Amino acid sequence: MPSNKSTVQFNGTKEQETELLAVIRELKDEKGALMPIMQKAQDIYGYLPYEVQKIISDETGIPLEKIYGVATFYSQFNLSPKGRYRISVCLGTACYVKGSGDIYNKLMEKLGIVGGECTPDGKFSLDACRCVGACGLAPVMLINDEVYGRLTVDDIDDILAKYE
Amino acid sequence: MENINLKINGLDVSAPAGSTILEAAHLAGIRIPTLCYLKEINEIGACRMCVVEVKGARNLVAACVHPINEGMEVYTNTPKLIESRKKTLQLLLSNHDKKCLSCVRSGNCELQQLCHEYGVEDEDFYEGGMNHYELDDSAAHMIRDNNKCILCRRCVAVCEKTQGIGVIGPNNRGFATMIGSAFEMGLGETSCVSCGQCIAVCPTGALYEKDYTGRIIEAIADPEKYVVVQTAPSVRAGLGEEFGYPMGTDVEGKMAAALRRMGFDKVFDTDWAADLTIMEEATELLDRIKNGGVLPMITSCSPGWIKYCEHYFPDMTENLSTCKSPQQMFGAMLKTYFAEKEGIDPKKIVSVSVMPCTAKKFEIGRDDQSAAGVPDVDIAITTRELARLIKRCGIEFTKLPEEEFDNPMGESTGAGVIFGATGGVMEAALRTAVETLTGEELANLEFTDVRGTQGIKEASYNVAGMDVKVAVASGLGNARELLNKVKAGEADYHFIEIMGCPGGCVNGGGQPQVSGDVRNFTDVRGIRAGVLYRNDEAKAIRKSHENPEIKKLYEEYLGAPGSHRAHETLHTSYVKRTVNK
Repeated sequence: MPSNKSTVQFNGTKEQETELLAVIRELKDEKGALMPIMQKAQDIYGYLPYEVQKIISDETGIPLEKIYGVATFYSQFNLSPKGRYRISVCLGTACYVKGSGDIYNKLMEKLGIVGGECTPDGKFSLDACRCVGACGLAPVMLINDEVYGRLTVDDIDDILAKYE
Repeated sequence: MENINLKINGLDVSAPAGSTILEAAHLAGIRIPTLCYLKEINEIGACRMCVVEVKGARNLVAACVHPINEGMEVYTNTPKLIESRKKTLQLLLSNHDKKCLSCVRSGNCELQQLCHEYGVEDEDFYEGGMNHYELDDSAAHMIRDNNKCILCRRCVAVCEKTQGIGVIGPNNRGFATMIGSAFEMGLGETSCVSCGQCIAVCPTGALYEKDYTGRIIEAIADPEKYVVVQTAPSVRAGLGEEFGYPMGTDVEGKMAAALRRMGFDKVFDTDWAADLTIMEEATELLDRIKNGGVLPMITSCSPGWIKYCEHYFPDMTENLSTCKSPQQMFGAMLKTYFAEKEGIDPKKIVSVSVMPCTAKKFEIGRDDQSAAGVPDVDIAITTRELARLIKRCGIEFTKLPEEEFDNPMGESTGAGVIFGATGGVMEAALRTAVETLTGEELANLEFTDVRGTQGIKEASYNVAGMDVKVAVASGLGNARELLNKVKAGEADYHFIEIMGCPGGCVNGGGQPQVSGDVRNFTDVRGIRAGVLYRNDEAKAIRKSHENPEIKKLYEEYLGAPGSHRAHETLHTSYVKRTVNK
């Protein structure tokens, strides 16, 4: 088991595994099967932790490193699950010049995770995103579907407290 | 084949259709610099060092992958190109740990060489962010220093394509891209087999073996220690390259002289143990054939291959010969037979091996490799490390006389020396097995069907009324192909030789590095193997079973091949591993 695993305990079910194995059986002999398998695997589990990538590697014979390389290349693939509260900080141009980078850093510090990860209790996950179409409110972040605009670093504690 | 006519730098050039600009230029004696390109292994046109101008083309094109066309006009050294290449180098240096003075590759680094050629005077021309990586020293045999990595992906390609393993690859994207293993695992946690081919192809100091030269100097200086060295067949075929000799020079005599001057108490030869391996292995093979043992039997000399088999073909470990490798047989006999004979406490012996191999560093730490209750081999170094040691000890290699190995464990036959070339173990084993089976002397000792640098070779011999089917594979991708055939029931060999590195040990991961420039246009394996076959041809005794010192070993100590004592000291066991933990 590698040392650099997800911060969150893997809770895959037998049903999910059966579903993934069926997907792999169906696709594995096609050329270029890896990406569709990974996409379906992410649909099933919500993310691609070590345990899921290992199943794909064992079943297809594709080296685990190759799968991991693809998973870390494309930002659409997640190595960590999403939290009950999904925080997205806009790092688009307008928000960025208005200081959203500081907000993002503050959240990482406060939650003890880096972008793309989820807190060990499964509560918050943090991601950067590009333009949510609310540039007038820059800098902006979303928690699930709730939009928070005209943010300052000092607002963070109070906002997070609402989700305790 | 049809030829294509083009102009390179105004000169008329004719080259076979399908050639790249790089190949056509090479034919015309024009060198185009390369960095990421490795023929048939890494043809990705990524590094932009080999850019050339093609008349009518919008952009500079990568000569390593661009095919030639009729009437094409190519320029390889215009000011624009020289400036472009220089910029490429400066950009590489902007994210490169430039500690060249203390770098293991200083003097034979391909990046350093190109910077020198292109007059890169300011290595800090571009400022900006730099990545900082921790060294990965988790594997038994090597270190990865990504601070020196230029992301050429040669190591990735050789691991995945040539060896069929793929435990390293590019992770992340853009500036954060780094070569590593899945989930940032250390190499030692993966199914890496320690073959060291990644080191052999690395153009910089990003990959290198764990260096144990210091331990050897200390051991020799310790009056309490009795320090003995053995050298593998292929070392004599490669070591000369480190001292300016042309590739393909046999430096056996000078190597023995150098080791003696460094102060080893005995200078012995792994070739002696190769002869011993043949005695045990041929006996084991005949026993398996006669008594319905597991067939095909597969050789066990190559520790990279052994680990590969354990990870990727765990259901075939019973096919592996139980014979220890020559390195380990040597160490076992050194600390039992020789120690008893000379009245030396085996605990005081430091058993050093010089190998063309990095997997040997892993092998010495395996279980069941301690015939005398202490490790058979204490320190395994590569050919490259030996060259470093010789230089550090102030020995002027080229001026040395040719000397012989010491006796008794320096006496060897032609069969022992060809172990270093793919097919060599097979040929050596056949020389002994055929004579044992027929009871007659062979008219022709040379089994040419199993010679040559092809990845997979097959042959069938009628011996004493029986058809003996054999196969030889080198490079683990080829091994996989061959074994899949065996598993599918498409082939029924009796005996298979497998070597982890393509071409066998002469092209091992511990041999002197050959720059891409040379390697792309040179038959490195064939030239080095030539040394061994010539050495064999010149020997008075060319069959392992006729080695007088091996005969004496059996008379005085082991009894007969395959005896109880031979099994206790010269044979080993394997484990079943998985690909992913």
